[in-house]
Amino acid sequence: MNDRKKEFRSGIVDGIPIALGYLAVSFTFGIMAGDAGLTIAQAVLLSLTNLTSAGQFAGLGVIQAGASLAEMALTQLIINLRYCLMSCSLSQKLPRTMPFFHRFFMAYGVTDEIFGVSVCREGNLSPWYSYGLMSAAVPGWTIGTLLGAVSGSLLPQRLLSALSVALYGMFLAVILPPARKNKVLMGIILVSMAASLFFAKLPVLREISSGFKIIILTVLIAGGAAFLFPVKEES
Amino acid sequence: MYSVYVYILVMAVVTYLIRMIPLALLKKEITNTWVKSFLYYVPYVTLAVMTFPAILEATGSLISGAAAFAVAVFMAYRGQSLIKVAAAACAAVFVLELFLVRPAF
Repeated sequence: MNDRKKEFRSGIVDGIPIALGYLAVSFTFGIMAGDAGLTIAQAVLLSLTNLTSAGQFAGLGVIQAGASLAEMALTQLIINLRYCLMSCSLSQKLPRTMPFFHRFFMAYGVTDEIFGVSVCREGNLSPWYSYGLMSAAVPGWTIGTLLGAVSGSLLPQRLLSALSVALYGMFLAVILPPARKNKVLMGIILVSMAASLFFAKLPVLREISSGFKIIILTVLIAGGAAFLFPVKEES
Repeated sequence: MYSVYVYILVMAVVTYLIRMIPLALLKKEITNTWVKSFLYYVPYVTLAVMTFPAILEATGSLISGAAAFAVAVFMAYRGQSLIKVAAAACAAVFVLELFLVRPAF
């Protein structure tokens, strides 16, 4: 019981930077949802049920275009397919004794940020840690959307600009410490960033959507690294 | 034209299934070394790809974005906690933009 509480609490603490970063992004989403003709309730419901940035922004475009539901499903599938990789990775961190139903709740919270923070925890991942992260991150995402939808100028631009780097700072705090002791990881991070820069700048490549770019680069780089530097069995 | 709520439902269901199916299906520990190694490397690649160069373009100016990157790399490399690294990056942007960006209103 105490263990659960501890995991839950440390999840909330680690979830605070996620929530702050989400606030900035979802605030923008709220504004854009309003511009796309969604009511405040619809915008908030969308954020609460989807909990994903790129997918939601793309979804607004599909709604505005009045496109078919199949098109909507396909758009979401392509943009959010990276979560499938993340869930695979996450599945290997779950304790074997964990009751199965937790998987259905944890699945809701597989976002880039929650995944990134939970997968780099040492040892097994407690569902309560994930729930802690969600308890901070989900309100951040939803309330940000609400604020953005209610009033586009409630948060000053300066503050939004500053908050918008919170998520990236957090990502770096997740991936860099283990890389200090592991040259392979450091190499992978540098190659990934360089490749990402190429994909952002080079003609043709820069037309690829961000969700797809993540999938392509992950499969190539993580796949290549797994081939060249297989992880030794820990005993 | 469908109701917005129908669109929202489709979005939510598709997104949830993508997240849930692997978690529900992969119950056993994977033993294949390549797959294991691949999944171990996945977060490092995805997070690095998402961070850079996006962080440079997230803020009001390239310079403040670059400063946030530098500050975050420095602090993260020294093993500071998530919240400290995130806060330092935000603070760097906020302070720099007091000088760099003129207020819009």
